[in-house]
Amino acid sequence: MALLQIAEPGQTAAPHQHRLAVGIDLGTTNSLVAAVRSGEANTLADANGDHALPSVVHYQSDAVQAGIVAEQKATQDPHNTIVSVKRFMGRSLADIQATSHTLPYQFEATTNGLPLFVTKQGKVNPIQVSAEILRPLIDRAEQTLGGDLEGVVITVPAYFDDAQRQATKEAAALIGVKVLRLLNEPTAAAIAYGLDSGQEGLIAIYDLGGGTFDISILRLNRGVFEVLATGGDSALGGDDFDQAIYNHLQAAWQLEDLDASNSRQLLVEARRIKEALTDNDQVDASVSLTDGQSHSLVITKADFEQLISKLVRSTISSCRRALRDAGIEADEVLETVMVGGSTRVPLVREKVAEFFGKAPLTSIDPDRVVAMGAAIQADILVGNKPESDLLLLDVLPLSLGVETMGGLVEKVVSRNTTIPVARAQEFTTFKDGQTAMAFHVVQGERELVDDCRSLARFTLQGIPPMAAGAAHIRVTYQVDADGLLSVTAMEKSTGVQASIQVKPSFGLTDEEIGSMLKDSMANAKQDIERRMLAEQQVEAARVIETLSAALAKDADLLDESERQAIEAGMATLAQTAANADTDAIEKAIEALDEASQSFAAKRMDNSIKLALKGQSVDNI
Amino acid sequence: MNYFELFSLTPSYRIDTAILAERYRELQRAVHPDKFANASEQDKRMAVQRTAQVNDGYSTLKHPISRAEYILSLQGLDLSHESTTVKDMGFLTQQMEWRESLEEIASHTDPDELIDELRDSFGRYEKQISVQLASVIESQNKNDLNTAADLVRKLKFMAKLQEELARAEDALL
Repeated sequence: MALLQIAEPGQTAAPHQHRLAVGIDLGTTNSLVAAVRSGEANTLADANGDHALPSVVHYQSDAVQAGIVAEQKATQDPHNTIVSVKRFMGRSLADIQATSHTLPYQFEATTNGLPLFVTKQGKVNPIQVSAEILRPLIDRAEQTLGGDLEGVVITVPAYFDDAQRQATKEAAALIGVKVLRLLNEPTAAAIAYGLDSGQEGLIAIYDLGGGTFDISILRLNRGVFEVLATGGDSALGGDDFDQAIYNHLQAAWQLEDLDASNSRQLLVEARRIKEALTDNDQVDASVSLTDGQSHSLVITKADFEQLISKLVRSTISSCRRALRDAGIEADEVLETVMVGGSTRVPLVREKVAEFFGKAPLTSIDPDRVVAMGAAIQADILVGNKPESDLLLLDVLPLSLGVETMGGLVEKVVSRNTTIPVARAQEFTTFKDGQTAMAFHVVQGERELVDDCRSLARFTLQGIPPMAAGAAHIRVTYQVDADGLLSVTAMEKSTGVQASIQVKPSFGLTDEEIGSMLKDSMANAKQDIERRMLAEQQVEAARVIETLSAALAKDADLLDESERQAIEAGMATLAQTAANADTDAIEKAIEALDEASQSFAAKRMDNSIKLALKGQSVDNI
Repeated sequence: MNYFELFSLTPSYRIDTAILAERYRELQRAVHPDKFANASEQDKRMAVQRTAQVNDGYSTLKHPISRAEYILSLQGLDLSHESTTVKDMGFLTQQMEWRESLEEIASHTDPDELIDELRDSFGRYEKQISVQLASVIESQNKNDLNTAADLVRKLKFMAKLQEELARAEDALL
C-alpha cells in the first residue's frame, strides 16, 4: 500500500475523477469498511464473503493476525490475543483495572500510565493494536476498489472524550491513512437512514454496541443533520451483558479461580447464550473445563432479562437526560433508530419502544448502518459530490474545563455545544516578574478535578516580566469538527504569543509516538523522512492549487501589492517543492501562509456575505 | 461584525428564531470545515475559526437570556462578569417561597402535581418579565437600559429555578 498518493503539481486529479474513500466502523467487537459505489453505500466483504472483521488481534512471535483467525486463538492463547481493544483507547491502566472485567492480559504501564499489553511480539499499546485492525480493512478496500485510498472517515462513539478520539486518529496515522473526519457513530447511522428515507424532523439514535452506549438527538432539516444533544456511557455495552451471564454461571457452578483459558471459554459461552436468547425462550448453557469437569444449566429469557435489567434501565436514564438537554419531550421524536448488535436483544427494543412510545427503526442491519453512513460522508468529503447538501453539525459530548484553586473545575465549554467552538479566558499573573503559568485541562461534568478526566497539562512560558496583575493572558481553547482540542495563548498588552506545551495526560509522549512510527516501518529512518517529504510536497501542491483557484476567482478582493506578494510566494514555493528539502518546503509554505492570511480571511468573509445574499436584512 | 450583522438581522430582542435557524444553516454550508476537507491547511484553519464564530453567534442569539445580554453588551452594559444582584424585595421573597416549594417536592403527597404547578408559575412569570424586557431593551434611555439589565438578572434567577426543578424531577425517578 502506498502511504500517500502524490500527484505532480498541475496534474492533480481532475475534479470529475472519482476519488477513492471509505468509511470505517472501528468497533469494540467487530469492525467494518464500506464504500459508495454506483451511488450506493455498501459494506465490503473479504475474500470469504465476510463483512464484519472481528476486532481481535493475535500476536505470534513472527506474525500479527487480525480478524477471525485471531479470534480462533482467543481461547487457546488468551495472553497474546487482544479483544475489545477499543475499551482501552485513551484510558490509563489504572482506569481499566478500576472497572476491571475479566482480563487475561499481562500489563505494563508507560511513563504516562497508559496500558501496554505484553505479548510474544513485545509490548504493544492499544493504538498499535487498533492499527492492526485498520490495516486489513484498508487492504480489503484498496483491493476491492482497485486503487489507493485518498482518505477515510472513521466512526467513534459520540461519547468518546478527547483522549479517546486522539488515540483513534493516531491509530490511522500509524499506518499512513489520512483521516478526513472522525464521525460520531449515531450521526453516521442517521446519515444512512436519513438520506434513504428523506426524513425531516427530530430523530433519536439509540446505539448500543459491544462496549459503548450512545444516545443522540438530532434535527434533520434539508440535508443538515444538527446534533442537539448526546449522552451515554463509554463503558457500557453488550460485553456487559456477556459479563452478567458469565457472573451468573460462575456463581451457579461455583467456579472459583478460573485460569485465563477456562475464563475465556466461559465468556464465549456467555455470549452464545445471549445471542441464542434473541430467538429462543430458553437455552442450555454448558462448558467442559480443562480439568475435565463439565457443567450445564438452563437459562431462560426471563433469567437473562433480570440479569441485564439494571443495565438497560441505565441506558433509558441517559435517553431521558439527552431529551432534556435537547429541550424536547419524548413524544416529539419522530423516529428512533437502532444501531449496534446489542439492540437485537428483545428487552432493549422493548424498553426503547416503551420510552419513546413508538417502535424503533430497524430496517438497516444495525451492525452495518454505521459503516454505511461513514462511507456516504467519506464520499462527500473527498470531493465526489460537490453539489451535496449534506452537512453534519456535531456537538461536544463532555464539558471542557480548567482546574482552579482548591481542585475545582471552571467550565470553559459546556457539554452539547455545537463544534467547532472557540472560547477564550483571561488570566493575570499574581507575582511580580512572573513569566510562566501552569494549566490543567479536564473533561467531564463534575465540580471536582478528581472526578473529571484529566486531558492535558500545559505550561505557558515567555510571559513578558511585569508587575503582578499587569499581564493579561488570553487563553483560547478551540475544539475542531472532530472534537479535538487545541490551545493557544497570548499576552494582550504586548501581543506576545506565549508558547504552550501540551502534555496529554493519557496520550503518548513524542518519543513514544516516534518509536511507534519507527516500529511500524521496515526501513525506519528513510521511510519517515520520505513520508514527511511526501506530505510536505502534497501540501505544497494543495496550497498552490487552492491559491491559484482563489486568485482566479477572487483577485478583486486584493490590492496590487498583496496580489504580487502572494504570487511571489507561490513561485518560490513551486520552486522549493521540486527539491527534496522538507524543511525548506515547510518554511516556504509558512511564508506563503503569512502572505495570504488576510486574503484567506477576506475570501471566507465574502462567502459568508454570499451565503445570505438575497435574504432581506429585515427580520419580522 | 457583530452577531446580528453576521446573520443579517436587525438588532432586536424580538427576532424570528426560525429565520435565525435558516440563516445559521446557510452560513454553515458556506464555512463549515467539512466543506474544506480537501483545501489547504490555511483554509481549514480559517474555516474552523469562522464556524466557531457562527456557532457562538447562533447560540448567543437563539436563547432569549443570552440574546438580551448580548444586546446590552452592544450598548456597553456587560452583565457576564458582574457581581450586582437583584434588589427587588418582592422578587426575592417570591424566589425564597419557590425554593422552599422545590425542597418540598420529595416529601409531597403528589409530587407530580406540585412539579406541574411550579412549572406553570415559573413559565407565567418568565413570560411576564420577557414582555417587560422587550419594551425597554431597545430604548436609548440609560434608565430603561438599567431596568432591562435588572430584568435580565431576574430571568437568570428563573433559569436557575427551572434547572433545579428539572433536577428535583429526575430525583423522583
